[in-house]
Amino acid sequence: MTDVSPAAASGADEPDVGRPAGDVDALAARLLDAAASRTPIPPLTDDVELTVTRAYDVQDAVVAQLDVGPAPIAKLGLTSRAKQEQMAVDAPLSGWFGHDMALEPGEPVATGELIQPRVEPEIALLTSATLSGPGVTAAHVLAATAAVLPAVDVLDSRFAGYRFTLPDVVADNASAARCALGDPVPVDGIDLALAGCVFSCNGVLVATAAGAAVLDHPAAAVAWLVRDLARRGRELPAGSIVLSGALTAAIAVAAGDVVRVTIDRIGALELACR
Amino acid sequence: MTDASELARALFDARRDRKPIPPLSETVDGLTIADAYAVQRAFVERLRDGNDTPVVGYKLGLTSKPMQELLGVDQPDFGPVLRSMVHDDGAALAVDDLIQPKIEAEVGLVLDRDLRGPGVTTWQAASAVGGAIAVLEVVDSRIEDWRITIVDTIADLASSAAIVMAPRVVPVAGIDLRTIGMVIRSGGRVQATGAGAAAMGDPAAAVAWLANTLATFDVALTAGDVIMTGALHAAFPVAAGDVIRADIDRLGSVTARFV
Repeated sequence: MTDVSPAAASGADEPDVGRPAGDVDALAARLLDAAASRTPIPPLTDDVELTVTRAYDVQDAVVAQLDVGPAPIAKLGLTSRAKQEQMAVDAPLSGWFGHDMALEPGEPVATGELIQPRVEPEIALLTSATLSGPGVTAAHVLAATAAVLPAVDVLDSRFAGYRFTLPDVVADNASAARCALGDPVPVDGIDLALAGCVFSCNGVLVATAAGAAVLDHPAAAVAWLVRDLARRGRELPAGSIVLSGALTAAIAVAAGDVVRVTIDRIGALELACR
Repeated sequence: MTDASELARALFDARRDRKPIPPLSETVDGLTIADAYAVQRAFVERLRDGNDTPVVGYKLGLTSKPMQELLGVDQPDFGPVLRSMVHDDGAALAVDDLIQPKIEAEVGLVLDRDLRGPGVTTWQAASAVGGAIAVLEVVDSRIEDWRITIVDTIADLASSAAIVMAPRVVPVAGIDLRTIGMVIRSGGRVQATGAGAAAMGDPAAAVAWLANTLATFDVALTAGDVIMTGALHAAFPVAAGDVIRADIDRLGSVTARFV
């Protein structure tokens, strides 16, 4: 197995005798309460010692409260080199959407249900076969990709001002809040690394990018997820949808904003905020 | 203002001797954009003096919102591209010939027919474009430490130094230039990505702006002109040993080597 775990990458598994480890369920409850009451909290690592491994245990406890279902929607974070450098890590992180977190086509995002929403454009992959094991590569992922979709990832950190360390954001389910998905199209003949992305808000261009902004190739990001799941004894079931990571920097949104994502050869997706 | 030909000579000498000069905006009072284009014309005349090197097209600069905001302007600028500045795919460029080079990937558009402003719209510009080509532009500033305002860069050939072009022009019919993706790598490592819309929202809009702006100088674009429509990402510095490759979806790749 060749992947580098976020824990090893960040050195976050170094023990810190100065702080208590904190109870997994109690930490998950803090995050769930913050989301339910729309009241942001300080980083968990302000008062407890939290390794990345243990942070994923907290995430599991958070996700256990969601209806993820047999064909889950996953997301990746920290997939750009710029973001990894900013957080001083060299691997991404993952989280999960409950099915009530996925917006229906044309459904606006209700910003009043969220604390501090931000949106970012992504390419999502829909898998056609189970993906598992520590040796999975981007090529395996592409061979098991039924379709690709334009997507908007609506983030909402439960931490005030998006101030967090890697274990915090892992515990917080990768800031997952809502997602909007466009129509799936076959990936045949599309070079996802070169697929252009135009991201605008209220008709004004925000940023452009291409698929290679995500770990050089969106399928490489999904391969990382599968390898990281394997490390935790899990697999990615057929029919999963994976939001492969932000193509541009996220922008804050408020009620009234309309964001639009166009991915070349894949399609366009508009998301209104109310 | 100071005589345009004097300022042009200072820039010409800076380029020849690789000794950058202080910003004209600091040393010359009240230099306007019109003055700066006059300096640019005098600079080009000096470069062409005794050389059979025609203008083969134009480059646009400051075509992205972030760059315009950085320089506190709300318009792009342009400079002529001379045959002597254009290199083939894979060219080896000597950094010793340059002062403080940076590189950027762009969509080049080749006109099928003449285009004369004013009043040219984006769709009219798009219908005059026959083909597109992947381009790497090496920018360099004859102004110290890239301390440029818009008038400095206009006078200084829009900071242009060299153009490396892909080996083929690709027909644009059916291509949405706004969404075509671009990945630029240095030594195989992704440095930046972008899409066509980074250039004024649409590379064809950049051509329309150029046609309309040239009209104020009573100049028309002509069939065969190639227009570098502006960087699709933030330019980054290059050094000897760098191998830079840009891939633009549907247009192919272009490589420049720095020695």
